[in-house]
Amino acid sequence: MILSSLVAVPLLGMIIVMFLPKDKFNAIRWTSLLISVVPMVVSMWITWDYFFNLSGTSALAYVEGPYDWIPSLNIQYYLGVDGISVPMLFLTGLLSTLSLLASFGINNRVKEYFAFFLLLEAGMMGVFVALDFFLFYVFWEIMLVPMYFLIGVWGGPRKEYAAIKFFLYTLFGSIFMLVAILIMYFTSEPHSLNMVILLDHGPTMSHTLQMVCFIFFFIAFAIKVPVWPFHTWLPDAHVEAPTAVSVILAGVLLKMGTYAMLRISWPMFPQALRDLSFWIAILGVIAIIYGALVSMAQKDLKKLVAYSSVSHMGYCMMALAAFSSVSAIAGCMFQMVSHGLITGALFLLVGVIYDRAHTREIAAFGGLGAKIPVYTGIMVMFSMAALGLPGMSGFVSEFMIFVGAFGALNKVLVGISVLGVVLGATYMLRMVQKIFLGEFNMAKWGGLTDINLREIISVAPLAVLTVAIGVYPKPLTELMTATLENLVSLMAR
Amino acid sequence: MTEYTFLIPLLPLFAFIMIVFFTRWKEMFSALLSIAMILAAWVMSVVILIETLGRIDEPFQWAYKFVNLPNFVLEIGTLVDPLTAVMLVVVTTVGACVEIYSVGYMHNDPRFSRFFAYLSLFLFSMLGLVVANNFFMIFIFWELVGLTSYLLIGFWFEKKSAADACKKAFITTRVGDLGFLVGLFMIGIYFGTFNYGGVFEIAGSGVIPAGILTAAAIFVFCGAVGKSAQWPLHVWLPDAMEGPTPVSALIHAATMVAAGVYLVARSMPLFVTSAEASLVVAIIGLITSFMAASIGLVQNDIKRILAYSTVSQLGYMIMALGLYGYDTAQGHHSPGFYAGTFHLMTHAFFKGLLFLGAGSVIHAVHTNDIQEMGGLARKMKLTAPTFMIASLSIAGIFPLSGFWSKDEIVAAASHYPIFLIGTLAIAFMTAFYMWRLCFLTFFGEPRDQHRFDHAHESPKNMTYPLVFLAVLSICAGWVGLPWIHKGFATFVYHGEAYEPHANYLLMAISLIVGLSGIYLAYLMYYKKSISADAMAEKFKGLYKLLYNKYYFDEIYQKVVIDPVMAFAGLMWKFDANVIDGAVNGTGWLTIKWSDIKEWFDTWIVDGAVNGCGWVVRQGANILRFMQTGSMQFYALFIAVLVVLFGLYKFEVKFLKIGWPTVTIIFILGVTLLALLTRITQIKFKANRRTDGEE
Repeated sequence: MILSSLVAVPLLGMIIVMFLPKDKFNAIRWTSLLISVVPMVVSMWITWDYFFNLSGTSALAYVEGPYDWIPSLNIQYYLGVDGISVPMLFLTGLLSTLSLLASFGINNRVKEYFAFFLLLEAGMMGVFVALDFFLFYVFWEIMLVPMYFLIGVWGGPRKEYAAIKFFLYTLFGSIFMLVAILIMYFTSEPHSLNMVILLDHGPTMSHTLQMVCFIFFFIAFAIKVPVWPFHTWLPDAHVEAPTAVSVILAGVLLKMGTYAMLRISWPMFPQALRDLSFWIAILGVIAIIYGALVSMAQKDLKKLVAYSSVSHMGYCMMALAAFSSVSAIAGCMFQMVSHGLITGALFLLVGVIYDRAHTREIAAFGGLGAKIPVYTGIMVMFSMAALGLPGMSGFVSEFMIFVGAFGALNKVLVGISVLGVVLGATYMLRMVQKIFLGEFNMAKWGGLTDINLREIISVAPLAVLTVAIGVYPKPLTELMTATLENLVSLMAR
Repeated sequence: MTEYTFLIPLLPLFAFIMIVFFTRWKEMFSALLSIAMILAAWVMSVVILIETLGRIDEPFQWAYKFVNLPNFVLEIGTLVDPLTAVMLVVVTTVGACVEIYSVGYMHNDPRFSRFFAYLSLFLFSMLGLVVANNFFMIFIFWELVGLTSYLLIGFWFEKKSAADACKKAFITTRVGDLGFLVGLFMIGIYFGTFNYGGVFEIAGSGVIPAGILTAAAIFVFCGAVGKSAQWPLHVWLPDAMEGPTPVSALIHAATMVAAGVYLVARSMPLFVTSAEASLVVAIIGLITSFMAASIGLVQNDIKRILAYSTVSQLGYMIMALGLYGYDTAQGHHSPGFYAGTFHLMTHAFFKGLLFLGAGSVIHAVHTNDIQEMGGLARKMKLTAPTFMIASLSIAGIFPLSGFWSKDEIVAAASHYPIFLIGTLAIAFMTAFYMWRLCFLTFFGEPRDQHRFDHAHESPKNMTYPLVFLAVLSICAGWVGLPWIHKGFATFVYHGEAYEPHANYLLMAISLIVGLSGIYLAYLMYYKKSISADAMAEKFKGLYKLLYNKYYFDEIYQKVVIDPVMAFAGLMWKFDANVIDGAVNGTGWLTIKWSDIKEWFDTWIVDGAVNGCGWVVRQGANILRFMQTGSMQFYALFIAVLVVLFGLYKFEVKFLKIGWPTVTIIFILGVTLLALLTRITQIKFKANRRTDGEE
């Protein structure tokens, strides 16, 4: 029941919000916020309980089902979590609530906005708990709808273009996923969509079919991550989306790609994975270097952060290519959590300055450190976190990925990827210098106000977690260790 | 007390957290809190040093598993051996002096509390770096000192030069850290542990191939090259002088930049396994030291001279350590390790003093340019003598502390002619540029009367640290006198303790070299019997080369920064036009394709459908003429049909023609009828119209 509630509560909340009077903005805002607190608390409780009672084994926890749903097609309602989905649930619950808090500034079509947001949350939660392919596919697709409207209605100047691009691009990938799912369904005997059963079916398929399925799944998930060169929807979607939606995009949606790889295509087709891992590593390294370089050339603050996501998710891909190393895979999971926290916070902070200055052009600012010191302090902290400074979560993940990948992959390739560390520092520090350091333009920005309490509250949990994981990563590793060991052994088949 | 070593870094961290979150509005309280914490750390360090004296061969170790995955363990822990103990005392001593001094130096600064918060954060990181027991942990603090260095260089961030300098410092050292990181990965993969003890044991056991050891050592050394500003990554340190002067004293002279030397000393068991790596270290040290000293000869900014001096002295230490590794790898004895670490300690004191003294001078005359100073000894009764003590010490004059440590470096280099000549040349240049600085600043007639008139001695909380450090600059070296048997050399050592012996010939040579450097400076800048301008004119090319710092900044700008930025711009264009172009192109093609399909749909598919409709309608058009509504016509129609029917029966029976013919005749008949009616109708309508018009 508890996992179902993660999906059901936001769905129910969406319906409740739809019945609220249209012009009672604050009622709508607070209702949605309070509703989203429920899945957040539940996901935190799951994390807590899983960590203390269940993390010792790799067995699925809180399993619901499998109950027959459409028996004639053997479609089941089947939910469950393990060490890789629990951190994602935690992240989803937390970021959803914080984003709703950051959405209080929305004044246009408030009711629709919050209803869509809750639907989005339900979809995200669903993806991380589904264990049946049909269910998974439904959740995966259902999120596109609210996302499309959230970008397309409440977005920036090129919102329609960005929304359509995002929608079609993802849908394009989903078709490949659907074909792969159908291949698995029809080759299994009896026909099944149960991921746990198909986990054992995958390796018994013919090599060609494995390759086909793997590549099809890869296209679907790679677009979501996004892996270079499927990434160009991301900067557009990020730049046009309202702040809170950017946070969810970066914080949760991108992780669904890497999560799905770890949950589905990696352990199901280990032979195909072995054949293709070198090329996946190359895509990862290209993303790291390329994303950083393109970031460096950006003039728009939000676009800079968006491209830095490409670079950071490249680390995840490199780690996933080094599938034989527990530390690399753990580093990938760490990077997913840490990138969600750090980039989520960066987008929130970009929103804060955009709300005040109505511009995101880096060159328009300068010397703001003297005028808005608290905002500067927080922004510099997260920039440092993003460039992988020790003491914060990004460093731990990068370090684990590098060491794991260095042992498992081509050493020259990993050596090249380390360049990303310097490039990351370069684009982040250039940004910090241009916005916060130097001479302050009193005439232009004299009226700028510092970050307010509501904004601090929406960023503070992310800051605390970033530092906490960076200083004390042990709980997060222990939460995942058993599951990851099992995963690595599955991938070694 | 040694068990509580982990508390030492935490004390300044506590001060940092308190200041940032609670006490930053109370400026003086913040400063005092920060000072109290560093003094407490200092007391603990001294106690630990004394305890360590009693157990030189049993280093204290404590560790906690930070990340615990199968085959992958990261630890946080402390290792206290003599090297750690000495470094702790050096860092806390200079740190305490600098913090006390800063109360005076930074007063009236709008970000006073923040300054002390940053200093405390720095001390936390630096002390953490010193007590670390493994490579992973040292890297963590290694990066954190980089962060605080960044924050403090950019402390006056409104100045563009400071904003540029802090970014440059961070990124340049990160280039070195890149190598360090690769070194760490090699250690992690090939050694399976990051713990110093474990790594060194495996390195010494011979199970790791020599090539890997060499590569790992050189990569680790890359970190030191960045942090200790060695050639070719030395360019950031002179620019780092944009930070407040106490910061330059603490971070960019005494402690953080010495972290690279500390790292090499710490990793010495790794370097002694590879003569090649050690030789690389020694050569880089020599090149750096010589290059920086030569640049220092002609600079005019008091802090930049000291910065180049720092680079040069760090190169000295690195060279000594490299020579030790090279000798030991080949089975020879060498005083290099002891010399390098000893000089690390003495240098921290006299260089810290020089910077604080320079700060006092800048505080008095509000300029960094020594050409605008002169005669200040008359006004600054404490700053001038202490500064000169430090200058004597760095010039290696008997019996100040610099003499003893520098002498050991000369001894370490004495087996290799190139290194010996280089070392002596550097000693000569050092003595010259330091005393050029002294003569121009403190003696002669003031060259800027206005500045001179406003100059004054600094307040007591600034001068007392100077006096304290001056005492250390004189005496700190005496712990390493070659005549005592239980001294620095038998305390901080690697492998076997090196028993120093007094080599009077070398002592005399290095003393003469130092004195002649001072004498030349005296002739040129005090007596002016040799004209400095004439010298500059005579060696114009060389002078320009040195004055422009061998053009390293310009070369890096052209060779590295500009191409990378251009490449980034190119990649961005590539992304927007090619990759996104492909995506948008696919979209465009899809739309075009659907246009074609739309045409096909409209004209062919729908055309067929409409065509059917058209045929039906045209047929109906014809047929509808039969619906005339005229009784006569219907009667005629029926009559014709009857006839036709009869004909049909008749024909089928007698003429033996088939269905089709009959049907055709039938249709023809009907059509004929229809046309007939049509004609009559048109007539009828025409009649009606004319009727209506009438």
